[in-house]
Amino acid sequence: MEAIKTVEITKKYKDVTAVDGLNLTVEKGELFSLLGVNGAGKTTTIKMLSCLTAPTSGDAFLGGKSIVKESRAVKEIIAVSPQETAVAPNLTVKENLELMAGVHGFPKDKAKERVAALTEQFGLGEIAGKKAGKLSGGWQRRLSIAMALISEPEILFLDEPTLGLDVLARSELWDIVRELKGRITVILTTHYMEEAEALSDRVAIMKSGKLMLVGTVEEIKEKAGTDKFDEAFVRIVKEDRK
Amino acid sequence: MKMLTFSARNAKEILRDPLNLLFGLGFPIVLILLLTAIQANVPVELFEISRLAPGVVVFGLSFMTLFSATLVAKDRGSSLLQRLYTTPLSPKDFILGYILPILPICIAQTIICYIAAVILGLEITVNILLSAVSVIPVALLYISIGLLCGSVLTDKQVGGICGALLTNLSAWLSGTWFDLELVGGVFKDIAYALPFVHAVEMERAVLSGNYADIFPHIWWVLGYAAVITAGAVFAFLGQMKRQ
Repeated sequence: MEAIKTVEITKKYKDVTAVDGLNLTVEKGELFSLLGVNGAGKTTTIKMLSCLTAPTSGDAFLGGKSIVKESRAVKEIIAVSPQETAVAPNLTVKENLELMAGVHGFPKDKAKERVAALTEQFGLGEIAGKKAGKLSGGWQRRLSIAMALISEPEILFLDEPTLGLDVLARSELWDIVRELKGRITVILTTHYMEEAEALSDRVAIMKSGKLMLVGTVEEIKEKAGTDKFDEAFVRIVKEDRK
Repeated sequence: MKMLTFSARNAKEILRDPLNLLFGLGFPIVLILLLTAIQANVPVELFEISRLAPGVVVFGLSFMTLFSATLVAKDRGSSLLQRLYTTPLSPKDFILGYILPILPICIAQTIICYIAAVILGLEITVNILLSAVSVIPVALLYISIGLLCGSVLTDKQVGGICGALLTNLSAWLSGTWFDLELVGGVFKDIAYALPFVHAVEMERAVLSGNYADIFPHIWWVLGYAAVITAGAVFAFLGQMKRQ
């Protein structure tokens, strides 16, 4: 069953075409990675799919709902964990989770239940009373993802979730993301090839706003004629330049 | 409910910053104490507590511009606002969520200033309570200037423009620290074309019980509050769209 379907979705900024007629389909429960060099159009694609920016033309359907005509309904089923850590610095960890439950309109009982569940799932118990601004980068990212999940989204956008984290913090976040597979549709953007390889069910490679290739990690490696995924990515992107 | 959650978060962000408490509450009280001490040694009509207190109350509200502008600008600079834009919060929720929590802070600041004034000799009358209520449109004006600045400036620019420029303008052009008649000319004309002196005159009229004297000052305050609030809403929605 389709979670996301984009139809010729395009975004232009004056003379620059950031995303050019993108057509792709993501299945429910799939972990789908968007890869590409800087300026490939990954972040713009996520911004359009999460209703942050309107497409210039085309449309996308999330859970069957149009991002153009039904953005409010789309916002009810999605959550975003942005590239930079998006937490309220003067609020405690618990209050940040309560904030997200509240802005989704959860009644008090359900909010309390969700906060307790996410605190447990993400191991935030010991730091629940600490101000978010005082946490390390790794813990802030962890909290940021927990905040995105509090609304029980059907689709989660993770934009560079492990950027700037040390190896241990990254490995811990990978474990968290793996646990989501199958239950929630996850769209991941990353510059780390090993991250995409370790986590993704399927990968899309974008360049200059266009979709170049979609497939599993194995399919992409096979197509590029190498058994190293980072090498496969480089070959595919470079080949297009020739 | 959604708006109230966002609003509560904004109140916490402001009240948990010790600098906000220091400037928002501490500074106006220090000014009342200092000028009352001067008045005790060199009596000046302008610094009589019944004339001074309304001026300090209005001046104190200029810090609310700084608080609201800093909050909005910092939120815009971080990814938090971007995240919240992907939630079911509506544009109305965002605007009310930024404005409403600062109103009770303004009223609390006003009451604290008047308590300090009472300790220094201000007569206790029901007009003090009326003054605390009549400060609401003035508070809305200052908060909206903050929302407007926060929507178009960065948090660093906000510090300079709202923290230094606006507080000084608000002080010099309010008729609190010196009589505008003494300067006269263009300076006085500019002052009376802006809302600050009208806000002070209105508060003085309410506090003294001369209710007829709130006119025409209240129209100036309400007019500026309406126009600037509309401008702030427009600017906020514009930056929301650009995000």
